[in-house]
Amino acid sequence: MSATEAHGPMHQFEITRYKEISLGGYDISFTNSALMMVIAVIGITLFTVLSMRGRSIVPGRWQSMAELSYEFIAGMIRENIGSGGLKFFPFVFSIFMFVLFLNLIGMVPYSFTVTSHIAVTFVMAFAVFLLVTIYGFIKHGFGFFKLFAPAGLPLYMYPIITPIEIVSYLTRPLSLSVRLFANMLAGHTMLKVFAGFVIALGFFGVIPLVVIVLFTGLEFLVAVLQAYVFAILTCIYLNDAVNLH
Amino acid sequence: MPQLDFTTYLPQIFWLLVTFTVLYILMAKVALPRIGEVIEERRDRIAKDLDKAQRLRAETDEAIASYEKALKDARSEASQIAQSTRDKLGAKSDTKRKKVEAKLAKKLNDAEAQITAMTDAAMAEVGTISNDTTANLITALLGEDLDAKKISKAVNAQLAS
Repeated sequence: MSATEAHGPMHQFEITRYKEISLGGYDISFTNSALMMVIAVIGITLFTVLSMRGRSIVPGRWQSMAELSYEFIAGMIRENIGSGGLKFFPFVFSIFMFVLFLNLIGMVPYSFTVTSHIAVTFVMAFAVFLLVTIYGFIKHGFGFFKLFAPAGLPLYMYPIITPIEIVSYLTRPLSLSVRLFANMLAGHTMLKVFAGFVIALGFFGVIPLVVIVLFTGLEFLVAVLQAYVFAILTCIYLNDAVNLH
Repeated sequence: MPQLDFTTYLPQIFWLLVTFTVLYILMAKVALPRIGEVIEERRDRIAKDLDKAQRLRAETDEAIASYEKALKDARSEASQIAQSTRDKLGAKSDTKRKKVEAKLAKKLNDAEAQITAMTDAAMAEVGTISNDTTANLITALLGEDLDAKKISKAVNAQLAS
């Protein structure tokens, strides 16, 4: 790693091992990524548990926010899956809060954006994919294959539609993970690139500075929006498994 | 590009699985049931309060209705009592008046009869007194007694004229 690279726009995505740990020959070092995930888990837990400490009938600010996130995800599941999806409520809630907190923690200067790594987003997306597939087969048996052959089509359409459905089903983990990873990567890289312009342009650096300020606001929107998108797509995929269409 | 450094994948994925599992357990077992309970409690409380309000309103309506009915009953009863009292008093005063009138009429009749009797008596006495006076006058004037029958005849003739 050269000196210029260390301060380049990609430097912020560097994984730093704080403590080298090896388990049975496998590298499970505690890195900056792991630290951010631990902070996110602690943050979410404090947010959801401490805010409800009062258990008041008339909620305060923090309790309102915790209840709002609860009602938000509960409503998302009710609308997209129906009552059969309530057993996935903790999972979707955890996914949403995890991604949201990781994205927002990534907005803090000098922190690290865990969701800007494809390794993390792909594992999350693949977990959703596995959950949907396994639950779908448990619930519907081989009838789950009907997902790839939607009813009510003219017969000659099936040879075309079925491969398309299968491919679109199999690429779900990829599209789900790349969407989140690419959004975070692009946004954060863009901010760093423009930050480099501020220095390089001298006095006229004011212009990219303004752009950065506006872009930071947009990045907060993207951080929340991508968490929402990830959660709602999880709901839509789970809907296939719960209510075979 | 650090994202393509495969040596970092294992530690990232390992800690992702650890932290997400911990988060899932904490959310599913601790945080979400609590929030759900509080929201449920509030929903119940609001439903109960609404029920209570409805019940109280029904009770109020009932109370108002019964109060109005009582008021109407009392009014009609009062007017009834007033009417009957008026009737009773009217009847009583009527009989009293009639009694008094009858009494007065009787008294009037009696008085008239008495007056008639007294007049008759007085008129009868007038005859005797006239006879006596005439007899005395004649005695004084003529110095002789005239037949009483003649005198009375003459007096009566004079009185009748």
